[in-house]
Amino acid sequence: MKYHSPDSFHAAAEISANAPGSTRFLAGGTDVLVQLRSDIFTPDNLIDIKNIEGAKAINRSANGDWNIGAAVSGAEMNENEELKSEWPGIVEAVDLIGSTQIQGRATLVGNLCNGSPAADTVPALIAADASVAVQSPNGERIMKVADVPRSPGKTNFQKGDVVKNVIVPAKKNKSSDAYLRFIPRTEMDIAVVGCGVWLQLSADGFIVSARISLGAVAPTVFKVDSAADILIGKQLDDDTLHKLAATASAACNPITDRRGTVEYRTHIAGVLAERTAKIAYQRAGV
Amino acid sequence: MALDNAKSNGFKFVGTRPDRPDGVDKVTGRAKFGADMTAPGMLHGAILRSPHAHARINKIDTSAAEAMKGVKAVVTRKDFATDVHFESGLNGETWNVLENVMAGEKVLYDGHALAAVAATSALIARDAIKLVRVDYDLLDHVTDVDKAMEKDAPVIREGAADKSVPDGFHPNVVRYHESGHGDVDEGFSKADLVIEDSFKTEATHQGYIEPHACLGSLGNDGKGDLWCTTQGHWYAQKMCAALLNLETSQLRVTASEIGGGFGGKTTVFIEPVALALSRKANKPVKIVMSRSEVFRSTGPTSSTSMDVKIGMKKDGTITAASGVFRLQGGAFPGAPAEFTAMCAFAPYALENVRQIGYDVMANRPKQAAYRAPGSPMAAFAVESVIDDLCKALGLDPIEVRLKNASHKGTKASFGPRFEDIGLIETLEAAKAHDHYSTPLKDGQGRGISCGFWFNHGGETAVSLALSEDGTAQISVGTPDIGGSRASMALMAAEELGIPYEHIRCTIADTATLGYNEISHGSRVTYASGLATIKAAKDVVHKLCKRAAQKWDIPEDAVKWEDGCAVPSGANAGDFDPLPLHKITANMGATGGPIVGHFEATPEGAGVSFATHIVDAEVDHATGKTKIVRYTVVQDAGKAIHPTYVEGQYQGGAAQGIGWALNEEYIYGDDGRLQNAGFLDYRIPLASDLPMIDTVIVEVANPGHPYGVRGVGETSICPPLAAIANAVSAAAGIRMKQLPMSPPRIVAALKSLKDG
Ligand SMILES: Cc1cc2nc3c(=O)[nH]c(=O)nc-3n(C[C@H](O)[C@H](O)[C@H](O)COP(=O)(O)OP(=O)(O)OC[C@H]3O[C@@H](n4cnc5c(N)ncnc54)[C@H](O)[C@@H]3O)c2cc1C
Repeated sequence: MKYHSPDSFHAAAEISANAPGSTRFLAGGTDVLVQLRSDIFTPDNLIDIKNIEGAKAINRSANGDWNIGAAVSGAEMNENEELKSEWPGIVEAVDLIGSTQIQGRATLVGNLCNGSPAADTVPALIAADASVAVQSPNGERIMKVADVPRSPGKTNFQKGDVVKNVIVPAKKNKSSDAYLRFIPRTEMDIAVVGCGVWLQLSADGFIVSARISLGAVAPTVFKVDSAADILIGKQLDDDTLHKLAATASAACNPITDRRGTVEYRTHIAGVLAERTAKIAYQRAGV
Repeated sequence: MALDNAKSNGFKFVGTRPDRPDGVDKVTGRAKFGADMTAPGMLHGAILRSPHAHARINKIDTSAAEAMKGVKAVVTRKDFATDVHFESGLNGETWNVLENVMAGEKVLYDGHALAAVAATSALIARDAIKLVRVDYDLLDHVTDVDKAMEKDAPVIREGAADKSVPDGFHPNVVRYHESGHGDVDEGFSKADLVIEDSFKTEATHQGYIEPHACLGSLGNDGKGDLWCTTQGHWYAQKMCAALLNLETSQLRVTASEIGGGFGGKTTVFIEPVALALSRKANKPVKIVMSRSEVFRSTGPTSSTSMDVKIGMKKDGTITAASGVFRLQGGAFPGAPAEFTAMCAFAPYALENVRQIGYDVMANRPKQAAYRAPGSPMAAFAVESVIDDLCKALGLDPIEVRLKNASHKGTKASFGPRFEDIGLIETLEAAKAHDHYSTPLKDGQGRGISCGFWFNHGGETAVSLALSEDGTAQISVGTPDIGGSRASMALMAAEELGIPYEHIRCTIADTATLGYNEISHGSRVTYASGLATIKAAKDVVHKLCKRAAQKWDIPEDAVKWEDGCAVPSGANAGDFDPLPLHKITANMGATGGPIVGHFEATPEGAGVSFATHIVDAEVDHATGKTKIVRYTVVQDAGKAIHPTYVEGQYQGGAAQGIGWALNEEYIYGDDGRLQNAGFLDYRIPLASDLPMIDTVIVEVANPGHPYGVRGVGETSICPPLAAIANAVSAAAGIRMKQLPMSPPRIVAALKSLKDG
């Protein structure tokens, strides 16, 4: 195994494109190093992106969009009060990852690029309509987060692609987001189901725009437009919540494994859709 | 066994709460656990484990592994003793352990060891093990206890059943227990209500944080040393010697500081392998298990399937009780079915009672003891039925238990008559506790359960030596798994009359003391404690003798008081008290070192009972349970160091909460363990637990000089049942299968709704 520490994303992309054998980028390492230590996967090349200038920065573009560097840890996001107040759902999702120690390392980009259908931040990012800036040896492009996951453990990136930062749009008026996951215990667990919701309200409290995303109930995290559509033009009355739950459940295509059965996951997706929507609605209203 | 010199009050040190002697070592990292031991020239071992639940081994080709650079030795079964023979049931336990440590003709479960490598680094060993080629013939497998008893179930091992098993059972039923008294049919006919129900529990792991680790060094001359994390190093010595064909005394075993055991470190797994590798490579070999190896290959507790039937009168009197308890103990005999059966109805004074236990083999790891082996599951089944009876008859669950409670003189469900016991006292204390009278909030349920454990004495040897400066060192042979060093020092301080801080208690190696049974059966504070008191009395006797010599008066004219020799009465003469340190200061010149010792197999362990109260809340939409309040009431006989006693109470409750709610061995259809890690094997986290309140009841055990009863195991007997009763009340439906994980609760609620 060879360790690389490039000083630009372009150099990182070149190494990744040209290195023989398998490669992994090293952001926080909380997936990569765990897989290495427990003999699940040992890459031939480990490309550390933490020493690249700007990789640890959180800043805003002129249009108000957030740029969160690929090496920014969960703890760093949590300490950014402005980000937290604009995107509480994304920050609470990242905050759910692991423990205090893990929080000091784990990143949004690592969570996304690891490709787990149960990754906590991905439903929140999809609900927020976030994108990623991707560097490859031939240039840079922007890709929607929703287009990144391909199958369990796999993404739609090509060899040589490296993510520079996550782009989260500026907060819209009377909008907010929320993320909930279900785990059997209180912490340190992988989502049995995860749900991200983003809502925008009219002045009189009707939902004018919505995005819902579910995790751990299909081979990838996905956006549930059918469930979001239920909410448009509505307030969160019981009937709407009921329909929301049923639609979210209907969109699921889960598996039975050690974390939950098909029936259970399908049921919980509905429960979480309801509960998450309520939180987002309440946040958007203030 | 009534003891002379029993002491029940006027304690100066016993009952106080001094700092733990191992605390600084543990928080600074100075404490040496199993994996901390190293030796010059040391090699690292790795073990090849079966990926199959059941398969015949046709061939193991180790040539590629042997050829790898850095590999110094490879062992398989042929490198172990050949004169250990298979016998039925537990008669062949040495063979059973050998077969578990290194597979012979078949692999019997996912994780079963079948070859091992020693190499110059842990990484090389890990990679070399992948080069061992095994040719298997896959066999049908079974992991469920009920299925393992069915007619067409695959046979794990023909001839493993011992004589106790009646004709007509599947060969996987290897031991049978039946006991009780009275006439249960007649008893049931007298009842106003009889409830019969069936229950299941999954296997759970002891979940100690420290994985198994050892360092073994064995020469071709048959002399060796072993350092390991274990609850019983004399047992490790005996077993390793037998498995490697050594003379027991030529192998010296030292127990490391231990990071939890709970019964799971009462046997050997990697230790004989490290020694076999060492013998072959002629270098010390260290093996440290990964967490996944711990789950796949070391003992979880048994899974169970149980039927319980209880008859009750309208006034709460139990007229009869019977139970059938089937325990799956992995691919070897030894599931503690007899304990499950014997503990099941022990809390109750019954005229008519009958219990049957089956020890059943399946393609799973060899079960190991887990805190009161077998008892918690029995309580789950029995106390659930009692709870249903109380509800159906409109009776208070504590009153009903009080009405039927075993007491001194009761003929126990398992045979003997009880001596002094404290069940009624725990029930009275529970009833009087503020917890029991606090109203529940909406959506909450409350559960009660009693629990019972036998406790144990066992072979014990202790020596206590004084130093010139008047301090004392105790050598005990029971690894400290629950704070026993503090308790030993307190008991010695009490006898010697010197401060707790002046006493250091050490876990001696096997070359230093006579045979000490494992730290199990809640025996340590009882048995090593008794031996420590006796050894201290021996020292006191010797100190008095030195004073008598100095004063030139008869030995029996001197007595020991507050750490000093004093004349026993006015007639003995008028001498100033002679403190211990003045006697030890020149003991070399007055007769030599002063050492006390005691060796025995004490048999008055004194059984113990507990009553737990639990409040639980269930989220009906997700099935998630929260334990909101928990109170443990238990008889300790005498709490030597109350903080440690409370710790044991809380620990039992915490492990019980895990077992009841989320912990389980999950097997796929392929017979492989699906959750061999702490991520998906869900022990409770600190944030999952409420503060666990404790009440120490003290009904002295007549078999111990200070009245001590073991407390380590009884605390895990009531939780499964108490939590199940609370959760069932909160959910509005009887939960009959553990763990009561969210999917199971949602499924139960759905079945209720669907009628
Ligand atoms: C104890 C523990 C608890 C955990 N709990 C949770 C949890 O609750 N929820 C959850 O979702 N996850 C959890 N995880 C998993 C992990 O922490 C998260 O997925 C984390 O976000 C990964 O981020 P990282 O920076 O550590 O990624 P790394 O391990 O550094 O990388 C992960 C993957 O991303 C790729 N990658 C990294 N950076 C880039 C880049 N710039 N461009 C392209 N690809 C890149 C790597 O090649 C690798 O495949 C837990 C892990 C541990 C050890």
